[in-house]
Amino acid sequence: MIEVERLRKSYFVHRRQPGLRAAIRSLVHRPREEVKAVDGVSFQVGPAERVGFLGPNGAGKTTTLKVLSGLLHPTSGHVSVAGHTPQDRAPAFLRQITLVMGQKQQLLWDLPPSETFLLNRAIYDIPRREYQETVAELTELLGLSGLLDKPTRQLSLGERMKCELAVALLHRPRVLFLDEPTIGLDVTMQATVRGFVRAYNERFGATVLLTSHYMDDVAALCPRVLVIDHGRLIYDGSLEELVRRVRPDKRVLLKLSRPVEARDLAKLGAIVSQSDAQAVLQVSQAELQAAVQRALAQLPVVDLTVEDPPLEEVMRELFERGVAEGAA
Amino acid sequence: MSLRAAARAYPALLRAGFASAVAYRAEFLIWMFSTNMPLIMLALWAAVARSGPVGAYTQDGFAAYYLCTLLVRLLTGSWVVWELTMEIRQGVLAMRLLRPLHPLIAYSAENLAAVPLRGIVAIPVLSILLWAARSQLGHDPLLWLLLPPALFGAWLLTFLVMALIGTLALYVESAASLFEAWLGISAVLSGYLIPLDLFPQAVQRVALALPFRFLLSFPVELMLGKHPPAHALLLLGAQWVYVAAALVATNLVWRAGLRRYSAYGG
Repeated sequence: MIEVERLRKSYFVHRRQPGLRAAIRSLVHRPREEVKAVDGVSFQVGPAERVGFLGPNGAGKTTTLKVLSGLLHPTSGHVSVAGHTPQDRAPAFLRQITLVMGQKQQLLWDLPPSETFLLNRAIYDIPRREYQETVAELTELLGLSGLLDKPTRQLSLGERMKCELAVALLHRPRVLFLDEPTIGLDVTMQATVRGFVRAYNERFGATVLLTSHYMDDVAALCPRVLVIDHGRLIYDGSLEELVRRVRPDKRVLLKLSRPVEARDLAKLGAIVSQSDAQAVLQVSQAELQAAVQRALAQLPVVDLTVEDPPLEEVMRELFERGVAEGAA
Repeated sequence: MSLRAAARAYPALLRAGFASAVAYRAEFLIWMFSTNMPLIMLALWAAVARSGPVGAYTQDGFAAYYLCTLLVRLLTGSWVVWELTMEIRQGVLAMRLLRPLHPLIAYSAENLAAVPLRGIVAIPVLSILLWAARSQLGHDPLLWLLLPPALFGAWLLTFLVMALIGTLALYVESAASLFEAWLGISAVLSGYLIPLDLFPQAVQRVALALPFRFLLSFPVELMLGKHPPAHALLLLGAQWVYVAAALVATNLVWRAGLRRYSAYGG
């Protein structure tokens, strides 16, 4: 469904120091610098896959999504989405995709969302019956009843995002590009959006490529992740494998019936945190079994849980290590 | 999107554009009342003409000229250049580019949809005023028949020039200032400030050959009956040649600009 081969996208930016003198100098002399936003990225995504696109700010995620949705022309490389070259922006291509950006909106600000719905119905030439079915379905999945007739500017951020998703999916696209769709939303609304994306993917067999800074989004939705840093793809595989590779150690959470000495805990693994009733240890995969057995035998354990390290931590470590090691 | 598909979507675009214009009714009225330059010029020239005609214009002649100018200005105004430069800088254009509809077609509908609302306010007021100056208006029905296509041509030319300059925001950051420059020249050479036939012969010859005249002065000339029908028809042809040229130029600049589009504002 999506094929990307050696994609590069670079921009030229003007460099200028702050201050009046620099401003005057920039009238006649403007040094330009090439910024490689995406630097030789290749990957493929199959039909109905849900793929998470991870990377720090400025890594090239949004640029890649914009190339894939036809907004930007690649500097070089080959890109194909649903059998089309995106930058040609052929109507047949645009009818099959959608791009939802958490910080941009297509709803008409002063009119109720239903007006934008009708507008998109005309633009995408959606037959009346199909339109009514889709609106009914989206209203049910996203809980839109009561929202569609209020002016957009009077909706809450969460309500607006639900309507944004609905209007972006009215034409039943086969490929969804979602760029930070849950940004700024509360936890409940994030879960609603996640549930909806999963339901849409399963019901229509749509391909989903998602970027998010909320690791919970990615963990809940994407069996596969692509990690991009400094414009380069440094990982392509499952989230579990990524965690295992970057942080092979585990977190052992101990609930204790009475306080214990730190030195007793240190014998089992590195102490991440400790209080009277609870301790968190970091234990390597190889020593995990022995450490768990000793903890149960030697310490006043009420409850014991083994977890992966938090995803945010894994990602931070991955990006701190840099491209060279991450690619290994 | 094919033109046929765009034509099918156009009524819905107009409907949404009209609904937006109604939602912004207060701003709209302020804009209308701020379009008062022809009335200021009328007061000025009427005072000058008190002691005798200026060129071919008596006091009544100036009244008819500037009221026609105001009417044409209200009916052919567009704001796409500001919308386009803002949407390019803020990255909002991306949302329009994702739809299978040329953004300029969508902008055109939004701009055109505001015309009826302007008409509701402008036409009754100006009709009364023009009735008072009716002796100065043209009486040939053929010229009045040519007025609707000339008004539409003037609107389209205004819109396309604005779209062309707005599209330059894809290349340069100062497209809005460029438009201010255009606006300044246009105010003089379109007949907005001074009737073109009051200029010295040499300036007139230049002004009549440039496209500015067709933005405003030409429909006013038709209303004032300044041309025999055959000549008016020729001028209408010339206006539409400019429209076609502006369409081609805008399209070329637009296509090339999109290749450079780097989605400002993330």
